[in-house]
Amino acid sequence: MIVNVYVPCDAAALSVGADDVANAILKHSKGKVNIIRNGSRGMLWLEPLVEVETPKGRVAYGPVSVEDINSLFASNFLEGGDHPLLNGITEEIPYFANQERLTFARVGKIDPLDLNDYQANGGLLGLKNALSMQSDEIVDIIKSSGLRGRGGAGFPTGIKWETAGAQPKGQKYICANADEGDSGTFADRMLMEGDPFSLIEGMIIGARAIGADKGYIYVRSEYPHAISTLKSAIVIMEDAGWLGDNINDTETNFELSVRIGAGAYICGEESSMLESLEGKRGQVKVKPPIPAISGMFGKPTIVNNVLTLGSVPFILAHGANSYANFGEGRSKGTQPFQLAGDINRGGLVEKAFGVSMEDLINGFGGGTKSGRQIKAVQAGGPLGGYITPENFDVAMGYETLAEAKTMLGHGGLVVFNDTANMLNLARYAMEFCEIESCGKCTPCRIGSVRGKETLDKIASGENIEENIQILDDLCDLMEEASLCAMGGLTPMPVRTAMRLFPNEFNNPIVVS
Amino acid sequence: MTTLLNTIDHVFAKKVCSEHQNKPDELLEILHEIQVQEGFLSDRVLRTVSKSLNLSRAEVHGVVSFYHDFKKEKQAENVIKICRAEACQAVDVDKLIADVESYYDIKMDNGGGKVSLETIFCLGNCALGPAVLYKNDLYGRVTLKAVQKMIASTKGVKEQ
Repeated sequence: MIVNVYVPCDAAALSVGADDVANAILKHSKGKVNIIRNGSRGMLWLEPLVEVETPKGRVAYGPVSVEDINSLFASNFLEGGDHPLLNGITEEIPYFANQERLTFARVGKIDPLDLNDYQANGGLLGLKNALSMQSDEIVDIIKSSGLRGRGGAGFPTGIKWETAGAQPKGQKYICANADEGDSGTFADRMLMEGDPFSLIEGMIIGARAIGADKGYIYVRSEYPHAISTLKSAIVIMEDAGWLGDNINDTETNFELSVRIGAGAYICGEESSMLESLEGKRGQVKVKPPIPAISGMFGKPTIVNNVLTLGSVPFILAHGANSYANFGEGRSKGTQPFQLAGDINRGGLVEKAFGVSMEDLINGFGGGTKSGRQIKAVQAGGPLGGYITPENFDVAMGYETLAEAKTMLGHGGLVVFNDTANMLNLARYAMEFCEIESCGKCTPCRIGSVRGKETLDKIASGENIEENIQILDDLCDLMEEASLCAMGGLTPMPVRTAMRLFPNEFNNPIVVS
Repeated sequence: MTTLLNTIDHVFAKKVCSEHQNKPDELLEILHEIQVQEGFLSDRVLRTVSKSLNLSRAEVHGVVSFYHDFKKEKQAENVIKICRAEACQAVDVDKLIADVESYYDIKMDNGGGKVSLETIFCLGNCALGPAVLYKNDLYGRVTLKAVQKMIASTKGVKEQ
C-alpha cells in the first residue's frame, strides 16, 4: 500500500531543511510513500512538520530532521506509530484546533498547485457565485461582511470597490499588495505559497466587482518561493480557463501578472507601489486623487492587501454574515496573527478579532523560547508601538489596539525578552526610516536622520534632558507633517519605548 | 569606466528589452533579469536599456539608485543576506552578525571579494530567526556554524 506523506514546501519549512527531509523519506521508503508537498500548517516551531495520512486522520511528526528518519521508520510512523516527535492528529493539536481558520482554511491542508484539491476543499465556490451576480451585488456583500484592509490601514474594502466601480467604464486595474515588508509578518507569504489560488480567485472577484480586466500582484523580491508558486498558479488557472477571456463562459475577462519589487520597504505604501508598477522610483504621491479614481497610469485602480483579497472567496462562498459573525466592534471577521521573535511556539494563528494579546502570546505562543521574561511586544510591524505584559489583556482589533497606543498593522507580534535594549530599538526605528524613506517629504527624509543622531547623543549621555525634549518635538513634527505612514508612524515605536521605559533613556547605559 | 564614446549596445540587455516589447513600465523586471545574468548593472547595460525603452539615462539611473536590489558594481561571489529587522533582533541577530564578521574578516554592507554580508529587512521567516537568504535559498535559526556550512558547500571558497 502506498501511504501519502505530507512535507511542506513553505519557505519557512524549507529554511529548516524540509527538502532534505522529503528526500530522505523518499529514499528510505523504497516506493512505499507518495510525498505531497503542502503549504505550512503555521505551527512553525514544529517545522519541518511531516504528516502521515492514516485512517484516523493526518498524524503529525515534528520537528523532523534527516537524522530522525531511521528511527521514524523503525517506529512504524507510516501507520502513525509512537515516536518522541509524534504530535498526534494534526487537526487536534490545541494550537491548531483552537483557531478559526477562514482565510487560511486550506493552507497546509492541500497541495498548493493542485486545482482539483483546491476545488475539493471549497475553492472556486465564491467565484462561481460572483460570476452569477451583478457587480453591485458583489460590492454589497463585501460591504456588509465588514471586511477591512488587512495591510494595516483598515479601510473598508467594500467602499473602496464601490468607488472604483462607480468610475466611468474603461480601463481599470486591480492590484494585490504583496510587498509584505513589516518585520514579524509572514501571513501573505504563507498564503501565496500555501494557497495561491485563493488570492487569484479573490482578485478575479474584485475585478468583476469594479469592471477591471487587468491585474497585478506586486511581490517583494525577498520572497523568491512565493513568486515562483504564484507564477505557476497563474499558468494553471489560465489553462483551466479561470483566467483570460470569457471566464467560465461569462463576459468577464481578466488577465493577471506578477511584478517583482526590488527591495524597497516604502513600495508597500499604495501610491509608491503604483509608481513602482509603472517602472518608476517608488515615490509616494500626494492624495487626492485616490487610486480608486486615478491610480495606475491614471486609471481607476484598486490596491488591496493579499489577506484582504484572500478573504474575499470565503465571503462570496458563504455569505456576508458568515464572515461578519466573527469578530467584535468594528473589527469584523478573522485576522491571521503572526507570532514572532523570541517566542516558544512561533507561527500563524487565525482567530476572530477580540482575542486578547495574552491568549496569543502566552496561550498560543507559550511565552519566550529563551525562557526569559517578556519585556515588551511590538505589534504592527516596524511602525507599531511596544506594549508591556501588564497590558496584555487588550483585545486585538483596529480600534482597541489604537487606544492602547499601538496598532494592528498586518497582524504581526514580535516578542522581546528582558535583554532588549529599548534605546537601541528606538534608534533602529529611526535608522530604518532613514534607509527606507522615499525622500519625497522633509519630515521623514531629514527627521529620521536627526532622530537617529539625537538618540545617539542620548546614548552617549550628552545633554540628556534637552535631547529628549528635542526628540519629542521632532516626533510631533514627523507625526503631523509626513506625507505617508512611514514618516508619520516611525515615532510610534520611539515614543512608546520612551514612555514605557523612561529610565533607559534618562539613564542610558553609556558604552564608551 | 564611463566612456562617452562607448555607444555600442549591450547585446543581452537589448535582447531582454525587446522580450519585454521595450515597455518602460517593465523596467524593474528588465533590470532584474539582466542583473541575474550579469551580476550587476554596468554603464553599458543602463545606456542600452534607456535607449531601448526611450527613457532618459537620468530616469533609468533614478530607478537603479532608488531600489536596494540593483547594484552598479560587481558583487562578491557569495553574498549572505542577513535579516536585521526587529524579529531577528529579538533573537540576537546582532551577535550572529558580529560572529560572521570576525570569522570572515569582513564588514556588513561593506563589500568583500569572496564573501560579503548584506543587510536585508525581513525575509518573512520571523518565527524561525535569525534568517538568512543565500543564493535565493532561505535559512532559519542560523548560527555561525550554519553560515560556515553554507559557504563551504559552495565551490571556490577557501575555508579559513
